[in-house]
Amino acid sequence: MAGPISAQGAKRGFAVPQVPKIAVYVIGFIPAVWLFYEGVNDRLGADPMRYLEQALGLWALRFLIASLTVTPLRQLAGVNLLRYRRALGLLAFYYAALHLVTYLVLDQGLDFAAIWADIVKRPYITIGMATFVILVPLALTSNNAAIRRLGGQAWARLHRLVYVAAIGAALHFLLVVKSWPPEPLVYTAIVLVLLGYRLVRSLAKKASPRRRPA
Amino acid sequence: AAALSAVKSPLSATDEKLTSREDITTYNNYYEFGTDKASPAAKAKTLKTSPWTVKVDGLVAKPADYALEDILKPVTLEERIYRMRCVEGWSMVIPWVGFPLADLIKRVEPLGSAKYVAFETAFRPDEMPGTDTIFPVLDWPYVEGLRMDEAMHPLTILAVGLYGETLPNQNGAPIRIVVPWKYGFKGIKSITRISFVEKQPETAWNKQAPDEYGFYANVNPKVDHPRWSQATERRIGEGGLFVKRRPTLPFNGYADQVAQLYAGMDLKKFY
Repeated sequence: MAGPISAQGAKRGFAVPQVPKIAVYVIGFIPAVWLFYEGVNDRLGADPMRYLEQALGLWALRFLIASLTVTPLRQLAGVNLLRYRRALGLLAFYYAALHLVTYLVLDQGLDFAAIWADIVKRPYITIGMATFVILVPLALTSNNAAIRRLGGQAWARLHRLVYVAAIGAALHFLLVVKSWPPEPLVYTAIVLVLLGYRLVRSLAKKASPRRRPA
Repeated sequence: AAALSAVKSPLSATDEKLTSREDITTYNNYYEFGTDKASPAAKAKTLKTSPWTVKVDGLVAKPADYALEDILKPVTLEERIYRMRCVEGWSMVIPWVGFPLADLIKRVEPLGSAKYVAFETAFRPDEMPGTDTIFPVLDWPYVEGLRMDEAMHPLTILAVGLYGETLPNQNGAPIRIVVPWKYGFKGIKSITRISFVEKQPETAWNKQAPDEYGFYANVNPKVDHPRWSQATERRIGEGGLFVKRRPTLPFNGYADQVAQLYAGMDLKKFY
């Protein structure tokens, strides 16, 4: 029977070339640097502010999804990218923060009355803002000191909030568009598959309890 | 695009800076060619706009399939510089070339029972990749409609060009509606059918989300879209990344000319 693959088993699966973690950040920030560069030089099309805002949000969702693929990749394909998961998650947070700053400063021009009205009245803004708020404690505790302080179990429980954030991010995307264009539907489907996989796996685990180590 | 000669019109908004031709022709909502703003410019070349006929039918004395050339033969083309406000919250200033829809309506002689005019966009999946998707974004063909008095209003035009040339396909070639006091989605593109009807016709976006897109769709800063505010807009080409929002005007700034069409109507109810 195919049980969960242990960490050792995963290591035996695929040899992933050991790229330094800093490379993930360097590569991860290329889209942001490129977007700002093109934006400042007015090369982001007719509606550059909106393009920048949407692209940053989309990259946040992409990195969130990337961080959620680490576990299934390890369990299903034996590819262990665990050492890059923190970088992927933090990149998602950084892009979400840039997306939010773009909204606050460039889109709304720091018109706090309009921003507050948006947060209270517009479900997609409410959801987007809530999603960002959820990501804040996750980003703040994405370091070894926080794991030690909280203890592995409490830390893991806290970081399950990323599932809520992923749903929030997908909903935020779906609610901002007119009708049901394919792109947000595809991203939502990916999020649902990644979360559904975890749900099915945890249900299967409960159905056939394995002997736990003492 | 071929050059068109057009006379200037007193109905043009001349105090506004024109949006660049580049922006007008590369930032489009024409979902038959994809939902991305850049898709229509990239994909609409496949639409065959010649020969083109417009079927005129319904409650009308002279129903027929009219060739585009015959529609255009007797009209004087005018340049009409209009503000265009998209329901999404951005706007442009576009120098259209066209003629009053009223000119055509008078020629085909609608019957007294005709209360509305219904329009239909070409529906050609072979030429319109955006209509050939697993989940249709809209219930094709795109349909729109106007009340007879709106259709007859001098500001309402059938446009066949912009910036002094025939329309690029992504802007609705070869012939489209422009109703400057309404949200852009009322300006139906690439028209193949005009029907005169008694009852308020169905409209594409209203069918897709009735609580979000009304039949009237008059630009109104006081009536928000259920999911976003309509109080302000971003003028395309203004300020780049640091675009400043400007207040949206009632009836898109055309209140003096059109507000009386809606006297006594609750514009929150008839959005």
